[in-house]
Amino acid sequence: MSIKVSGVTRRFGDFVALDDVSVDLPTGQLTALLGPSGGGKSTLLRIIAGLESADAGTVEIEGVEATHLPPQKRNVGFVFQHYAAFKHMTVAKNVAFGLEIRKRDKADIKDKVAELLDLVHLSQFGDRLPAQLSGGQRQRMALARALAVEPSVLLLDEPFGALDAKVRKELRDWLRRLHDEVPVTTVFVTHDQEEALEVADEIVVINEGRVEQVGTPDELYDAPANDFVMSFLGPVTSLRGQLYRPHDIEVFDHPRIAGAVPAVIDRQLRVGFEVRLTLELLDDPGHEPLTVTVTRATQRHLGLREGLEVWLAPTHGAPAVPTLPRSVELVG
Amino acid sequence: MAATPDTLRDPAPVRWGLRGLVVGYVVLLVAWPTALVFKNAFSDGVGAFLDTFSDPEVSHAIALTATITVWAVLINLVFGVVISMLLVRYEFPGKRLLSVLIDVPLSISPVVVGLALMLVYNGRNGWFGPSLQDAGVQIIFSTPGMVMATVFVALPLVIREVVPVLQEIGDDQEQAARSLGANGPQTFWRITLPAIKWAIVYGVVLAIARSLGEFGAVKIVSGNIVGQSQTATLSVEQEYQNFNQHAAFSVAAVLALAAMLCLVVVAILRPKEEQA
Repeated sequence: MSIKVSGVTRRFGDFVALDDVSVDLPTGQLTALLGPSGGGKSTLLRIIAGLESADAGTVEIEGVEATHLPPQKRNVGFVFQHYAAFKHMTVAKNVAFGLEIRKRDKADIKDKVAELLDLVHLSQFGDRLPAQLSGGQRQRMALARALAVEPSVLLLDEPFGALDAKVRKELRDWLRRLHDEVPVTTVFVTHDQEEALEVADEIVVINEGRVEQVGTPDELYDAPANDFVMSFLGPVTSLRGQLYRPHDIEVFDHPRIAGAVPAVIDRQLRVGFEVRLTLELLDDPGHEPLTVTVTRATQRHLGLREGLEVWLAPTHGAPAVPTLPRSVELVG
Repeated sequence: MAATPDTLRDPAPVRWGLRGLVVGYVVLLVAWPTALVFKNAFSDGVGAFLDTFSDPEVSHAIALTATITVWAVLINLVFGVVISMLLVRYEFPGKRLLSVLIDVPLSISPVVVGLALMLVYNGRNGWFGPSLQDAGVQIIFSTPGMVMATVFVALPLVIREVVPVLQEIGDDQEQAARSLGANGPQTFWRITLPAIKWAIVYGVVLAIARSLGEFGAVKIVSGNIVGQSQTATLSVEQEYQNFNQHAAFSVAAVLALAAMLCLVVVAILRPKEEQA
């Protein structure tokens, strides 16, 4: 294991940012710390980097006990949400910073910087100041700067959070490719589940200072550990005490399916190729309305329209978790 | 910027009236009196103006002011930057109190500062004075006391320039430097200092102007001994009171010139700071 976090707790006054968190992050992988804002994921990343200290617990990096090491001795690369570019230095100088601190040979530094600028497609911008770059370019510069010192782990704190949607998506794909080229153990923090599902090899879901689940994107999506993970990773709807994905509930125009429940279409909204239905259960008027998505083809085939009576059943093998209140779940 | 639509502008008489009022106010209060100082200093020609400074007492006073200013500014520069870093980057008990204390010199009359230093350091019955005097160190009525008084009155100037800039740049860059392997001193010299250098320059220039002009506090602690502990400002007062008005105006003109030079330097530096 490249990074081993054991029993880390961090409080800010009365607020518990991390509550006895233990997690192992494997070598050479791209891991996402995913969770809602204020859930503790950034704090965990900063504790791994040594920019924040833990009240209790230990951090091990590449087998070295790092809990009390200052950040400059941990050999981690850190990329900040707002770039943290050295404003008074050129792009090349920014990238060279870590190497100059390490007193590397001048010619070596020059070669390494050229190589890294090429890697992040900023070769022709070496002499510019960070203020003359776009947000995406600045973040690529920050990545090159972090990679220059050949860190044993690369930590990224919401690296694309300050960028607009299009650049964000480009950089995301680019990070994935970069990681395949330069397979350094990488951990990035995000609150965007799509970003995590798309980029990461492994996802750690963190909420309210605790780890909810660790797994590959597929594991998390197909076998969520609880209702929080399920609802954080995508849209959900509840049917008789179980949470399902809206596309995992099938709509029938006849009751001849075992366990199918009768419902009436309250509203339907078409968005491109999919149709979102809002339905009321006929035999359970107190039940909250259901959301079901069907394809445009299904809608046409069944002749779905508002006011129509239909039967609903979850598809075979659809992931589902009970919608029990969390406090009860914790006691049990 | 688009031109302001005519409907939103005040009528011409109001605009011209306001401009006239402001210009008149500044001219009557600042420009004209200062210009008169120069006019009087040079009333008998440049030769007579320069003659004033061949008087050993006057030249000694100016040299003393220069010495005190250099020391006071150096001390304020070092402590100002250290205190600013403490105030912005560290949490410690009594931080608010320290922040308030730093502004005390702005609100207290310099005369009070002089008296306060006198109480602590005078050689007869001050708190530290007698023991320091026994050790052969004289503070009051000599240069160290005058430097201390000047440091005191100019204390907030560097700090109040540097603190907002430190707050604005945040500690992201410093953290990035740490994660890239820089230790504390390396981070300060390579990252923090370049980011705050214009604020420091501006604070230093203000401190120079303030130190050159200090009068009240220095008068109390210096004893105003001619040719020994008399600074330029004190000599202006004495020459004026001795009806040696031309000498008074000449020294005053030099002081005013030095202060204006400081402001010109700042005016030239400011645009650079915005570019950076």
